[in-house]
Amino acid sequence: MADSITLRVTRYQPEVDDEPRAQDFDVPLRENWVVLDGLNYIKDRLDGTLSYRWSCRMGICGSCGMMVDGEPALTCATFLVDHAPGPIRVEPLANFPVVRDLVVDIGDFLEKLPRVSPWIVRDDDIPVDEGESLQTPEELADYKQYSMCINCMLCYSACPVYGLDPDFIGPAAIALAQRYNLDSRDDGAAKRLDVLIHPDGVWGCTFVGECTTACPKDVDPAGAIQRYKLTAAMETIKSYVSPGGGP
Amino acid sequence: MTGTGTGTGQRAYRPRMSLWWWARKRSYTLFILRELSSVFVAWFVLFTLLTVWSVARGEERYEQFLDFASNPLVVALNVLALAFLLFHTVTWFNLTPKAMPVKVRGRRVPSTVVIAAQWLGFVVVSAFVVWLVVS
Amino acid sequence: MPNREVEPFAWMAFSAGGVAAAMFAPILLFLFGLALPLGWVSPDHAGLLDALGHPLTRLALLGVCAAALFHFAHRFRYTLYDGLQLARFGTVITAGCYGLAVLGSAAAAYILLLVL
Repeated sequence: MADSITLRVTRYQPEVDDEPRAQDFDVPLRENWVVLDGLNYIKDRLDGTLSYRWSCRMGICGSCGMMVDGEPALTCATFLVDHAPGPIRVEPLANFPVVRDLVVDIGDFLEKLPRVSPWIVRDDDIPVDEGESLQTPEELADYKQYSMCINCMLCYSACPVYGLDPDFIGPAAIALAQRYNLDSRDDGAAKRLDVLIHPDGVWGCTFVGECTTACPKDVDPAGAIQRYKLTAAMETIKSYVSPGGGP
Repeated sequence: MTGTGTGTGQRAYRPRMSLWWWARKRSYTLFILRELSSVFVAWFVLFTLLTVWSVARGEERYEQFLDFASNPLVVALNVLALAFLLFHTVTWFNLTPKAMPVKVRGRRVPSTVVIAAQWLGFVVVSAFVVWLVVS
Repeated sequence: MPNREVEPFAWMAFSAGGVAAAMFAPILLFLFGLALPLGWVSPDHAGLLDALGHPLTRLALLGVCAAALFHFAHRFRYTLYDGLQLARFGTVITAGCYGLAVLGSAAAAYILLLVL
């Protein structure tokens, strides 16, 4: 095994660059090193001006997502040896505006997320002294998969529909809406329906399926969206059959 | 950093998607081919209606139609169309269990079972159509 | 662009047509497009007319054709939006695609119910 590998890192410094450029760095190729270790090595030893986001190093915080050799990935979970002999292209997440180097502007996602009310919505508040809201294992299984989302936005950078139309509310937001819609304690489905059947909601999705491929937590946003299309269609029919009810 | 801008008044670089984005990656290309199968679905409808129409207009018209349809160019087009239609069938059957989870007595049916059931339906339908037309 | 009232129905027609096309299209095009013209099977004209002229066959074929056309319309519309980035011409594309499906379905009804 070679003892070093080249990282071809995208640099963009808005005060001097008109557009992003690539810069090569040689970093040690160690069996247990991930791309993020390589970036940290660059930052510490080679070029302190390199900007990128990271925090937990263990696939939970969702902040170190980047394009590695053209695929969206958590850099803390992408081993250098799997991309040897290199050079490994490390680029900012696709489909987002680039603020500096590998840092993207996530404002759009943060604005979309609360639109689907990703929390338990109750018609009535259950007083704390009534104790826990119990769920059976089956009720938990209905939504558990969707609750694994870490908001890393890899699905957005994998989604061509979002790339073409930034108004599309996107995979993670819809999967999170489903996470609460399918929760037996939640009463917010009707509220979320209004957001999701909007033209910028589920109907823009053409089931490319790449969001599911990209997801590091097996959330399957693509499946969630198609399931929701069926729900939304049924609700629309219901609203015609029984006027006054439904959306 | 949670703002909507860079916070420093500096310009962010906004990448634009290429017109050829679907050629960049194998899975994107397969997606576009899957979507383009719809053109051959339309061709299938047109060709079926032409067949029915020629049969309805009498034996002579039907023979003329068979001459037209056995033209190598038309045959080649139909071979291509058939390949796309089968691609549609394969992708449609594979995606169905993802889009519509089937539950029996509260337990989720494994997707392989759903896919196999669809292929069983495909075989039955095909056998019935062949029997109807040929016998 | 269809609004929130139309889109669910377009999607359901797309889905129904997707199932119909997946189940029926390959065998029908194989028979009509290859097996009959190339003489692999050669049922006589009268028998074919009988099989196709049965009321149930006509209705089934009409259903498959109409659903498949709406499947085409919906999918092709989004292919033009995304594949060729033509979403800015959304209104024209939408009218063209679904219009074609409506006209095609009418033609199918004419051929299957009146001519046949």
